[in-house]
Amino acid sequence: MSTVTPALVCRDVHKSFGKLEVLKGIDLSVDEHEVICLIGASGSGKSTLLRCINLLERINRGSIEVGGQEITAPGVDVNQVRRGIGIVFQAFNLFPHMSVMGNVTLAPRKVMGLSRSQAEAEAVELLDRFGLADKRDEYPDRLSGGQQQRVAIVRALATHPQLMLLDEVTSALDPELVAEVLNVIRELAEGGMTMLIATHEMGFARDIARRVCFLDEGVLLEQGPPEQIFSSPREERTQQFLQRIIEAGRM
Amino acid sequence: MLRGSDRARRGSLLLPASAGSVWVALASTVVVFAGLALIVVNSSGWPKVKEAFFNPAEFRAYFGTIGHAFVLNIKIFLVAEVVILILALFLAVLRQLPGPVFFPIRLLAIGYTDLFRGIPTILLVLLFGFGIPALHLSYVTINPVYLGAAALIVIYTAYVSEVYRAGIESVHPSQEAAARSLGLTRGQAMRAVILPQAVRRVIPPLLNDFIGLQKDTALISVLGPVEALQRANIGSASEFNYTPYVVAAFFFVLITVPQARLTDWLIARDRKRQMAGGQV
Repeated sequence: MSTVTPALVCRDVHKSFGKLEVLKGIDLSVDEHEVICLIGASGSGKSTLLRCINLLERINRGSIEVGGQEITAPGVDVNQVRRGIGIVFQAFNLFPHMSVMGNVTLAPRKVMGLSRSQAEAEAVELLDRFGLADKRDEYPDRLSGGQQQRVAIVRALATHPQLMLLDEVTSALDPELVAEVLNVIRELAEGGMTMLIATHEMGFARDIARRVCFLDEGVLLEQGPPEQIFSSPREERTQQFLQRIIEAGRM
Repeated sequence: MLRGSDRARRGSLLLPASAGSVWVALASTVVVFAGLALIVVNSSGWPKVKEAFFNPAEFRAYFGTIGHAFVLNIKIFLVAEVVILILALFLAVLRQLPGPVFFPIRLLAIGYTDLFRGIPTILLVLLFGFGIPALHLSYVTINPVYLGAAALIVIYTAYVSEVYRAGIESVHPSQEAAARSLGLTRGQAMRAVILPQAVRRVIPPLLNDFIGLQKDTALISVLGPVEALQRANIGSASEFNYTPYVVAAFFFVLITVPQARLTDWLIARDRKRQMAGGQV
């Protein structure tokens, strides 16, 4: 474990928005092919941590390494870094003025310099893999939420990222559409994709994660294998959080 | 599918849907317009007004010449619109540049819009048309058509850049985040993701400004070129009759209406293609 470079290392990551300190020194290491679920209440800093790793937010202190490269160092080409990290958002954020094909091929063409035909050939393959081949010419507004989120995942995969960040990707979906998206993520996990997943789906987290991290008010309070976190959490805050989840009938 | 096309049709033509309501609409339209016409025609001054403004013989006599002069208006606004679209977009994007380094550029862009939206158009036309030639600069044109058009371009660029800016700011920041997260640069995200959405949203107000511009081409008449209004001026002065002005007005309205319908159609087509769900 120690001989291989971890896919992601966060060291003492701090992030504040004005006076509000959202991340208070996060230390986290993710191995290659490892799937980690971040759980915690809204506002605990899960999304912010993901956005910091993707450099959508600038951290105030600490460092983040991806594949051994310190991406938070000054002078790093952020666009280069982002190519290697896919992020999927809660609200899909597809480009409404482009077809599915346009959404998926944008980055390969603009960022990686692929020709249209190359990019489309790769996109067709990906769309096919996730059961979206017949939607290639549709516009996002014509798709269901589950289909939109799957397209968003495909779009993020199109730049061949080594690391995927999923930010509560099923939270905006109708309950009956959650499964199709979770299945896609499962398939990615089986394919060996390194993933950091912020989620409220505890059952899914228990299923898929090798490790579950509980964030509480900007602190990574507890982490461990799902069996341990979900059945015998050490920290009182974790117990309280899981208790609330159980009471809400979400586990 | 049916719902979408139905909505698009109503959006584009503003016509009532069912046959029964068509008759109601027709009847109420006839009543209203006939009523208005009766009021005007029965007023005591109508015969004189009719003779002075709506003289059919004068109308026919000037239709051709003013129509011919109107070609100059068309040329002016066509060229001006293209230039304005480009300059205004440039200005709007400049104003969006982030960070302290670009502060002076943002300041200049803001100053430009504040200044030229504030100046009455006719004053700038006069200033350009008479002021610039008075400088005796050998390398600057003294052609009043060009100078007048330049004044219109300067003014309308300020307006249109504000329209663009509103469009850019209406695109949710999450769109930029999504584009940047894929590795696109700021400029690429702007070009491929933000501007296309922004421009689509501002087509109706953009057309609104362009119709204003088209009418304002008549202001160039103060510099002397014989465009539609100037031609009407000349005609009216020689005939002691205002009908030529009505002819000129007719041409301005004539080009405005199809543009408005075209915009409606463009919007409806766009909406149909994307078939907006909840969000627009």
